[in-house]
Amino acid sequence: MRLVVRAAEALRAERLIPITSAHVDSCLYHGEATVDFVERLVNTGAQVSVPTTLNVGALDLLHPELWRGDARTAERGKLLMGHYRALGCTPTYTCAPYQLSFARPGLGEQVAWAESNAIVFCNSVLGARTERYGDFTDIACAITGLVPDAGLHRTDARRATVVLRLSADIPPPLLDDDALYPVLGIVLGRRAGGRIAAIDGLPAGLSEDRLKAIGAAAASSGAVAMFHAVGSTPEAATLDAALQGRAPDATLEIGLAELRAARDELTTAAAGAPGTPIGTVSLGTPHASLAELRAVERELAGARPAPGVELMVSTGRHLLAEAEEEGLARRLRAQGVELLVDTCSYIAPVLRPSPLPAMTDSGKWAFYAPGNIGVEVIFGSLRECVRSAVRGSVWRDPDLWGTP
Amino acid sequence: MLAPGSANAVAIVLREPLSLWGGMDPASGQVIDARHPQRGENLAGRIVVMPGARGSSSSSSVLAEAVRAGYAPAGILLAEPDLILAVGAAVAEELYGVRVPIVVVAPDELALVADGQAVAIHEDGEITLG
Repeated sequence: MRLVVRAAEALRAERLIPITSAHVDSCLYHGEATVDFVERLVNTGAQVSVPTTLNVGALDLLHPELWRGDARTAERGKLLMGHYRALGCTPTYTCAPYQLSFARPGLGEQVAWAESNAIVFCNSVLGARTERYGDFTDIACAITGLVPDAGLHRTDARRATVVLRLSADIPPPLLDDDALYPVLGIVLGRRAGGRIAAIDGLPAGLSEDRLKAIGAAAASSGAVAMFHAVGSTPEAATLDAALQGRAPDATLEIGLAELRAARDELTTAAAGAPGTPIGTVSLGTPHASLAELRAVERELAGARPAPGVELMVSTGRHLLAEAEEEGLARRLRAQGVELLVDTCSYIAPVLRPSPLPAMTDSGKWAFYAPGNIGVEVIFGSLRECVRSAVRGSVWRDPDLWGTP
Repeated sequence: MLAPGSANAVAIVLREPLSLWGGMDPASGQVIDARHPQRGENLAGRIVVMPGARGSSSSSSVLAEAVRAGYAPAGILLAEPDLILAVGAAVAEELYGVRVPIVVVAPDELALVADGQAVAIHEDGEITLG
């Protein structure tokens, strides 16, 4: 309760309001401080008072053989995950709780979610209301069932104050390709910072996977907790609705040149050019949906990764169970795809060490993996990634980004 | 003041926003974000001046762990309130009795702090520059 009050003071809230659910990120091991904290809670006999899902942990509990790190870290990481179960949390261990039918709050519902991509998705795509909660606060809100009445819990704070308008020079094939969306997210994070932006000029009715990609990248490059995609997200049926009838503080034009530059910055490897040999392909950050798992199978088209190339896809354990049921998981494994659950390949030491760069379709993975696990990274679309895995070297879709 | 305490140390002014998670190694205080212009510099024992925040909600844990390990910043000056850092500092104080004061300073005043300058954060939230 003291933490919730501290949060309320930091947000200058006048009162606390009840929530209907929570998503807790504190179950990821960041050192002994994270264990010390939860043991204090467990020892007092605390329990969550609302349905609470858990974010990724340090390791894949269902496939422990994938762990390549030291035994002590694995043991402490597992202990921490178990402690959060003991507090009454549901062991979902996914950064994409919004893909679970039982964990999707409705429009206008007040919740306390942590994990930057989940926060953005919750606010923007579900229209449920959460502030940017972080470790420790998330579980404090879940136990008390209360949040400060401040920030994005309030209607007025959800108004777009800046408009990002896509230029006419963006090629239609790019608007219809998954590769655009993480790159657009990186630009959104840079341009918006902590402000709420309405993106105008996108095709209406964008898929949840594309909206997920925008949000995850935007929350990596900026402190974005919410955005509106006009014609796609529930509080932005029109631009005027996203602006709540008021004028924006600024309207910014986003053109092809800026998108290309952002795409190029996601590649750290000296040579991301076609033909560059790669050692790893990592997909599923945030956790892959069933549609994305099916897309991997489609792009493999019966082929396997080239010898020496590891193709790993991260997803949630509940989605894996569904993929097992329809035979998809078995078929993917038979084609040499490794499926990782409960964690992510830039958090846990699971990838086979390789001197060659890694390729990813995730703006977030491209952003954090070089610092976290010390790899050079090449960004590409899902199709480019899977086809590159099969060739063993970078393949580029020539039509995607227009002629430079 | 987002987190109470006092500190006397040399400032490091971040030229770009930095997420502590994925950005600072709590076991050394080093900046590890591959894209950050100050990669390789050390934040331990410094007054970290952050004109903007960004990124992961795990930064609370990273700050608390850096305190436990003895490599936390001596204090943090921000242009805007940041709940995630405030909570990290609160938990670190509760668990380890170590305070990392965090103060929100108006952007024009924050711009007066130079890299390498001696800075004092006082108990009442006042900042004096050496």
